[in-house]
Amino acid sequence: MSAPIVLFDVPGPRARRVSLVSSIIAGVLILAGLAWIALTLAAPRESGGITLPGYFDPSRWDVFADPLVWERLIFVGVVGTLAAALTASVFAIILGIILSLLRSSEIAWIRRPTAVVLEFIRGMPVLLMMLFILLVLNTGAFWAVVAALTLYNGAIIGEALRAGLASLPRGQREAGLSLGMRPLQSKMLVEFPQAFRQMLPIIVAQLVVLLKDTSLGFIVGYSELLRIGMNQLASFYGNRYLLSFFVITLVLYLAMNLSLSWFARWLSKRTASKSSGKVLPPDDPGRAVLMAEASAASKQTPKF
Amino acid sequence: MDAVIENLPTYWRGFSMTLFLLGVSGASALVLGTIIAAMRISPVASLRAFATVYTEMVRNTPLTLVLFFCAVVLPTIGSRLDFVTAALIGLSVYTSPFVAEALRSGINGVPVGQAEAARSVGLGFGQTVGLIVMPQAFRMTIPPLINVFIALTKNTSVAGGFFVFELFAASRELANANGDAVIAILLAAATLYLVVTIPLGAIAAQLERKWVVQR
Repeated sequence: MSAPIVLFDVPGPRARRVSLVSSIIAGVLILAGLAWIALTLAAPRESGGITLPGYFDPSRWDVFADPLVWERLIFVGVVGTLAAALTASVFAIILGIILSLLRSSEIAWIRRPTAVVLEFIRGMPVLLMMLFILLVLNTGAFWAVVAALTLYNGAIIGEALRAGLASLPRGQREAGLSLGMRPLQSKMLVEFPQAFRQMLPIIVAQLVVLLKDTSLGFIVGYSELLRIGMNQLASFYGNRYLLSFFVITLVLYLAMNLSLSWFARWLSKRTASKSSGKVLPPDDPGRAVLMAEASAASKQTPKF
Repeated sequence: MDAVIENLPTYWRGFSMTLFLLGVSGASALVLGTIIAAMRISPVASLRAFATVYTEMVRNTPLTLVLFFCAVVLPTIGSRLDFVTAALIGLSVYTSPFVAEALRSGINGVPVGQAEAARSVGLGFGQTVGLIVMPQAFRMTIPPLINVFIALTKNTSVAGGFFVFELFAASRELANANGDAVIAILLAAATLYLVVTIPLGAIAAQLERKWVVQR
């Protein structure tokens, strides 16, 4: 349905003119809305008898001339966020691989408990897990953040890989077994590498979620970008800089997350054109896992 | 275990706030997301561009930052919202692009041949959309939408970090007050979240499995 032209007749000159005019009107309205926001922010404001300058005044931004601010933001904030995200990613992928193998085991008493544990972890807020690890295991904020993110994202990556394993053609496994491989050998040498390659875009998309979720560390007291930018620096320099710090923090987050999501999208396009298979939506890992699971389930009960 | 039973009223207060956040912000995210999705597929270029930029930006901003903005930064600019309203706005705005993408992927998932077939047997625009495309798009939209609501259920816990007394804030308070029963208290909170998320997840998986075979 990417071509809406099917739904109605080809637009004539009048319909195209109407479309162009409404496009311009809507554009003007959007710009007017943005201009209104900008003017509101630019206006000087009264606060407890003192008149503060508007938000575009240089005095609202002069803290960023101080290299010390950038040092804190980049070398403590961004590095803290990236360190937690990177550590958690590595552990989450390892955990995901182990969980997917346990979950697709032939032995029922390994497979069933793993499924229950996975459901349990996937249904719980990450924040609650962080609090649990922080209070019960007393690990310190960094490892609470890393461990909770590892558990949660490892569970999702595990489900994704399991769905990838289940959706492979049965002939792959049969070919492995008929060459004399043991079931485990066939799984590790034949099936798993294919499933991993197929699910790689989903895994990277899940890592974007992981990177975003490191900001939950703010609530359990880990010094990452949000805590450094919005809490420490903004309260040190005072409320008049709060919005400026918010803008800078937002830009830093967007720069990190957007580049990783674009990488995920590029990866999924490359994978799709190589295997000419179904394109799984890379933007929504949860949905992609759901689709892969469903198609795997439909493959296992062939309908004639 | 005693600590949990003694504090059931506190749990209930937190849990009802969580359900309230889920219900209200879910409904408004649905409305907002539908508008964004309509803009995204509309023939008006400037609306399309706006919706695309909005989706990309909001989806790549952490929820914690969105809620921080609503609860802490907005009051310094001059908003007079209480914290619950601020959390509701933040959660709805954060969830809306996910709703929009679920709707859009449902509509895009209907094969073009369906609409072509409808047009070639002589159905008009309204009939094609109303009788052929929408019923099929709808069933492809429900499972991902349920997924969005599961994520929203878990996301309401972030509001607990911004002065809203919901389930996460309740369990944090209880855990601090009863240092000897932290495990039981947090597991009880987890169970309450699972009571919402696991049935929803089961329904989504069931529907997806049922409908994928028919395609």
